[in-house]
Amino acid sequence: MAVAATTETGARPSWSGRRPSAPAWAGTVPFFAYVGVFLLWPTGIVVVDALKNPNGSWAFSNISELGDPLVRGYFIGSFKLCLLSSVSGAVFGAILAYAVASGNPDGMVRRLYLAISGVLAQFGGVTLAFAFLVLLGPVGLLFHASWYFDFPWGIGLIYTYFQIPLMVLVFLPAIDGLKVQWREASENLGASAWQYWRYVGGPLLAPAFLGTTLLLFANALSAFATIEAWENQIAYIVPQQISTALSSEVGLSNVNVADLLALGMVIMVAIVMTGYALLQRRAARWLR
Amino acid sequence: MRSSYRFALAGIAAATLFAAGCSSSSSSASSSGSSTNWATETSASAGGGMNALVAAAKKEGTLNVIALPPTWANYGAILSAFTAKYGIKINSANPTGTSQQEVDAVKTENGTAKAPDVLDIGMAVALANTNLFAPYEVSTWSSIPTAQKAPNGIWVQDYGGYMAVGYSSKFGTITSLNQLLGPQFKNAVALNGNPTSANAGLNGVMMANLAEGGTADNIADGVSFFSKLKAAGNFSPISATGATIKAGTTPVVFNWDYLNLPSYVGVSNWKVFIPSNVALGGYYAQAINKNAPDPAAARLWEEFLYSQAASGGQNLWLEGGARPVEQAAMQSNGSINTAAASKLPAVTVTPTFLSPTQATDAANYLAANWAKAIG
Amino acid sequence: MAAVTALSETPAAASAGRPSGMQTRRRRRLNVFRYLVFTVFGLFFVLPLLAMARFSLEGAKLGTWSLSAWRQIASFQGIGVPPLLSAIEITLELAAITCVVTLVLLVPTMIWIRLRVQWLARTVEFLCLLPLTIPAIVLVVGLGSIYNRIQHYELSALMLFWVYVILALPYAYRALAAGLNAIDVTTLSEAARSLGASWFTVIVRVIAPNMRQAILNALILTASLVLGEFTIAYLLLYDNLQVELYSISRSTPNAGVIFSTSFAALLFAFVLLLILSYAGRLRRGRG
Repeated sequence: MAVAATTETGARPSWSGRRPSAPAWAGTVPFFAYVGVFLLWPTGIVVVDALKNPNGSWAFSNISELGDPLVRGYFIGSFKLCLLSSVSGAVFGAILAYAVASGNPDGMVRRLYLAISGVLAQFGGVTLAFAFLVLLGPVGLLFHASWYFDFPWGIGLIYTYFQIPLMVLVFLPAIDGLKVQWREASENLGASAWQYWRYVGGPLLAPAFLGTTLLLFANALSAFATIEAWENQIAYIVPQQISTALSSEVGLSNVNVADLLALGMVIMVAIVMTGYALLQRRAARWLR
Repeated sequence: MRSSYRFALAGIAAATLFAAGCSSSSSSASSSGSSTNWATETSASAGGGMNALVAAAKKEGTLNVIALPPTWANYGAILSAFTAKYGIKINSANPTGTSQQEVDAVKTENGTAKAPDVLDIGMAVALANTNLFAPYEVSTWSSIPTAQKAPNGIWVQDYGGYMAVGYSSKFGTITSLNQLLGPQFKNAVALNGNPTSANAGLNGVMMANLAEGGTADNIADGVSFFSKLKAAGNFSPISATGATIKAGTTPVVFNWDYLNLPSYVGVSNWKVFIPSNVALGGYYAQAINKNAPDPAAARLWEEFLYSQAASGGQNLWLEGGARPVEQAAMQSNGSINTAAASKLPAVTVTPTFLSPTQATDAANYLAANWAKAIG
Repeated sequence: MAAVTALSETPAAASAGRPSGMQTRRRRRLNVFRYLVFTVFGLFFVLPLLAMARFSLEGAKLGTWSLSAWRQIASFQGIGVPPLLSAIEITLELAAITCVVTLVLLVPTMIWIRLRVQWLARTVEFLCLLPLTIPAIVLVVGLGSIYNRIQHYELSALMLFWVYVILALPYAYRALAAGLNAIDVTTLSEAARSLGASWFTVIVRVIAPNMRQAILNALILTASLVLGEFTIAYLLLYDNLQVELYSISRSTPNAGVIFSTSFAALLFAFVLLLILSYAGRLRRGRG
């Protein structure tokens, strides 16, 4: 730390004076420019459309439709499903990631699991739902799960199928960052495995764990091809209702409603992220 | 390292542009050379006759279609026949798009060479989007019943069918809908799509409605029939597809009769029945994109679809189990494929067709009550 | 201290010396744990895949076997649809471009933010989560106007990479963040700067090599995303691998083709990613 202090406040190396000082955030301009054009601009169109009528006039009162009990039901459904699949995916994925990480870093098992996780993390949709249907559904090969069409348990199980590999892939570098020496040191000091995890490993992994759980939550949020194939007679979650509003063949199509629901989803994620940021700050207190 | 990194970066940029340039499709030829602007012609004769149309279409060389699955009403054969006859390349996009998605594609791709030239859409969507279409009257205009076309030709119905129930032959023979409430149909009965958003789903419920004694103005009886099905444990929330039928997950499906053909469904032991007191018909409509990138090819396609020739669109649709719109006229002038016509499921009562108001009312009722009824 | 730890071991292990006895016992417990975990999860992942494979080999009647669903992938000659090989080629090119652009965009930005502009960290985190919160079907509504303009210049499906990078941001960001967390970026960069390195060198030659696993995982995630992406390509009327496979599966009444195409896509992606995982030679940090 002393070394760092002297380089910060002491005499700087000669080359730093030559260049004109651009503000530090200038280095992030490429990122924000790219994201601005291809993400913020389309999002802006969606948000603006959400507050308009089908004939193009402004209708800020549309926001109040988000409080409609039917609409609230969709958001609660989405929240339940995302919470269930992200937490179970995070917990089981962390266990699997630990198992993979504690093996030979150059070994075949790790490579296989990385490749499989990569493939399965993006696997979903019709084929996944159908595969579970033939295994556990009403005419299931394995057994007939009476809860298969219960929301959110049946579809939650299917979502976990791609949440776990995603967790493994994203969380693995964090586990790799746990140095062997720390485990040995704690054992030399007499800590049991439980104590190591409670006081050393846990707090170190907590930020990455929480961040990845948040990713899993958002990952489950806008997925809808899988649930559409699982069942599509009742809309449980927001994307199903968005799909109805966008591609209805019976004249109920309404782009503004779809955009409004999407806006609601963004708001929901913003709220969840606030909760996550608070949790992170709590976890950070363990570290220092 | 620095210079090699910059070199790699330049290489990637160059590779992107190079590859993009290599695989970019050529834009369709504009018709600036010819004297007729086919984009504004409302009939073949007004533009100089069929030969002029064929020549202009061949000059354009491509046709963009959308949402035409090859196994749906024999579209595969129709697409091949068109290309074989005129040598025009067809770009078939988004084979399972809904009608709304077709219209959205027209709006999104507007002005590019990929925009769809022609649309095959449900009536509700057609009526809501007439500002996107160009009026055109095909040569066989007089053979099309007045009720099935717009007066100026901005949309024209093309083929349709009656709502039917397809089922696996393991159930024996089904003759009435009330049999479906029996215990052997546990988890077996499915619709094609969600009635609040899919045309086939809505018509399935409406067919049950009419069979149970309801009227086309009020779909409540249909919804209560499905409620009873659900209470008996016989209603399956899965959308029926070829895979679910083959796997035995959805052995009873409410769907248009031309989509309940064993050849479409892919299962050999499949039977179809239409309730004896109901014939609920639904027709799709053709429309031409006002800003079609290939206007002459688009119009030639329409001429082909409505031609009464033995290998023209109308007979090819008939071979796909759908009822072509010119069926009555073709039966009187003898151009119909009698063998194919005889294979259609028998219909004994006068067909019912939903008017736009009836369809909207049904949709609104379903939007409010469907989830509750089968939840 | 020695007595306390010795009490928790078996006498046989204790006689072998305290540290190594503890290590072997822990190693053995760890191995049991690992094999148990691999078996349970392996079963969970393999069973649905087996069900898919079984259906792809199903003949016309339930109970018979036939390879027709697989053969139809190779022999597919749709009217108006480009052949499968060109779709594969385009998707592979897309994957490569997307991977490169994502890394070039994210890695320097994330390191720079970590070092110098920490107050932007939450903003970037939220922006990198946004693509996941908007369903693709809605995103296309907003993207439509942008792609309309792009398509006036360039119709190739390679233009999809612009939006694929955005789609990959959430996953790549998390994988890279997990790696960044694990190393002490500040100290490394201070040390390198004090030795006279430019920012570029710091990022590319000092920090990035310490994030090898994270970068590799971000690459795997991005590549698998591009290989599996369907909705946006479908709605923007482009032809990539998944759209092509979907066309194949919808152009025949043989329902098994849906499964053979899915399974083929999975195998293809798996082989590719396995090769990719060899690209990063991994050495466990010794310090």
